[in-house]
Amino acid sequence: MSTSTTSAPPGTQDQPPARAAPRRGKRANARTSWRRALRRDWRLYSLAILPLLFFLVFRYLPMIGNVIAFRRFEPGGSLFGEDWVGLRYVRMFLSDPTFWQVFRNTLWLGGLTLVFCFPIPVVLALLLNEVRRRSLKRFVQSVSYLPHFLSIVIVAGITLQMLASDGPVNHVLGLLGHDPVRFIQEPQWFRALYVGSEIWQTAGWGTILYLAALTTIDEDLYEAARIDGANRWQQIWHVTLPGIRPTMITLLILNVGTFMAVGFEKVLLLYNPLTYPTADVISTYVYRAGVESSSFSYAAAIGLFEAVIGLVLITSANTLSRRTVGTSLW
Amino acid sequence: MVKPSRSYRVFQGVNGVVLTLVVLVTLYPFVNILARSFSGERQIRAGEVTLWPKGFNLTTYKIVFQDAMFWRNYGNTVLYTVVATAIAMVLTTCYAYVLSKKQLKGRGVLVGIAVFTMFFTGGLIPNYILVTSLGLKNSVWAIALPNAISVFNLLVMKAFFESLPTELEEAAQIDGLSTYGVLLRIVLPLSKAVVATMVLFYSVSFWNSWFSAFLYMDHSDLMPVTVYLRNLIAGATGGGNAGAATAELSQVGASIQAVTIVLTALPILCVYPFLQRFFVSGVMLGAVKG
Repeated sequence: MSTSTTSAPPGTQDQPPARAAPRRGKRANARTSWRRALRRDWRLYSLAILPLLFFLVFRYLPMIGNVIAFRRFEPGGSLFGEDWVGLRYVRMFLSDPTFWQVFRNTLWLGGLTLVFCFPIPVVLALLLNEVRRRSLKRFVQSVSYLPHFLSIVIVAGITLQMLASDGPVNHVLGLLGHDPVRFIQEPQWFRALYVGSEIWQTAGWGTILYLAALTTIDEDLYEAARIDGANRWQQIWHVTLPGIRPTMITLLILNVGTFMAVGFEKVLLLYNPLTYPTADVISTYVYRAGVESSSFSYAAAIGLFEAVIGLVLITSANTLSRRTVGTSLW
Repeated sequence: MVKPSRSYRVFQGVNGVVLTLVVLVTLYPFVNILARSFSGERQIRAGEVTLWPKGFNLTTYKIVFQDAMFWRNYGNTVLYTVVATAIAMVLTTCYAYVLSKKQLKGRGVLVGIAVFTMFFTGGLIPNYILVTSLGLKNSVWAIALPNAISVFNLLVMKAFFESLPTELEEAAQIDGLSTYGVLLRIVLPLSKAVVATMVLFYSVSFWNSWFSAFLYMDHSDLMPVTVYLRNLIAGATGGGNAGAATAELSQVGASIQAVTIVLTALPILCVYPFLQRFFVSGVMLGAVKG
């Protein structure tokens, strides 16, 4: 708690502030001021009741609800399962070949997304930054943000239409004398299809923070670099990139943190049983095992495993970047 | 380096070409979908439709407009968006206002409770069991309640409330207004800009959402239009029995999909100019306050 009630705001004169003697120790002091705070601000606290109830029920209860990964769950029974079964479900998925397949697919899709979707916004922001005509710059930005605001269902629909056998991509291939490619049905195309649509949807939006960071770089630094004889490239390398480095690292940590949770909804919308061999990821497997096949405890165990890996990844990325470059999220 | 201005001009030219390509690649699919929605089936099938409708007709629009289920689902989307946004606005405003009071005891804990949920969540299965056992299935509450507060929006709103001059509220309090009165009669009228932004943020996200409905609604007449569209796509690409029949279906589906995509995206495209400006400043604010 960073705030304390040492200075009495208006409306607290009824309570003599010197009553809680400092020698009675911190605890007594805290208790008295809590009582005072409640009496003074009970209306404010009352406004927080419903939101707190929301967080408790819909955010923290599901966190605790993860214990069903270690308990046997009966449909219609208790939220937290019936009795303890220990690591039974963990052992079950570790010996499940489908689990290892979806695990590999998750690593592939997460890795490819990281490799392609992280650097492209940086490059795009640098290019946009070199545009001198403001109207042109704004136009390019407006267009490139657009896919971000549409429903993922629409994005998936557009992706599938573009790559359909009668779609524009196959049309171009046809003009080049190539046979139509069944992008949507062939497992070997799924990763390209997923990453491609991800770039299309997120690249423009991803530039926002970099463009904001670029505007904070001091013009004098460029001036000094020019006087030292730096050309355009050297200016970008020695002034611009160091200037946006904290932003890049922050976003990289966040990207690493969401590495395992590859776009669940997008995969669900883009895949089909024919492309399961490359498209099925941990979260879609959790969905099918849990919601479709009602193996709730089993699915929860896999989901928890995924969440824990995610937490470990983001924590270690954060620690690593704090130790090496001195930038971190917390 | 002898003529830096010249090499820089070359770079500017290349840069212009690259950015033009970015614009074309981003825009082309939209233009193509729009063209398809007005085109004839045969022309789409032959892959002739690129930038302009071929075999112009409105048949598909007529088919979709006459589909009672489409209108039903479109209406559902409007209903869910309105109800969920209203609930979200009330809860978010209340909590953001409480969090903006710097002298409030326990404020740090209240902030922490919200922010922690950004880093760790319960996961799909526990959420599903919770919503199911609360009996929220097949009702608008399954969509509205579990998503009632977006922590990001909460932080943006909190930052705005903190920027308001405290003297105004103190003066109102001395004049006899209670906390509720101050919030309703002083703070909210001063916060029209941020309230409008939040309404926009929430309604866009509820309009675009599909998964909660997909998860918690059992009957097709309860679905929002996004799920209607999703079912069209899934019906057309379900590769399970990818024979001649499915191929035929996907051909018929192509222009219907295009029309549905256009109609679903239309409201978003209409508010896009406002949306973009507000979202950009909101993201900056959120990034600074994190």
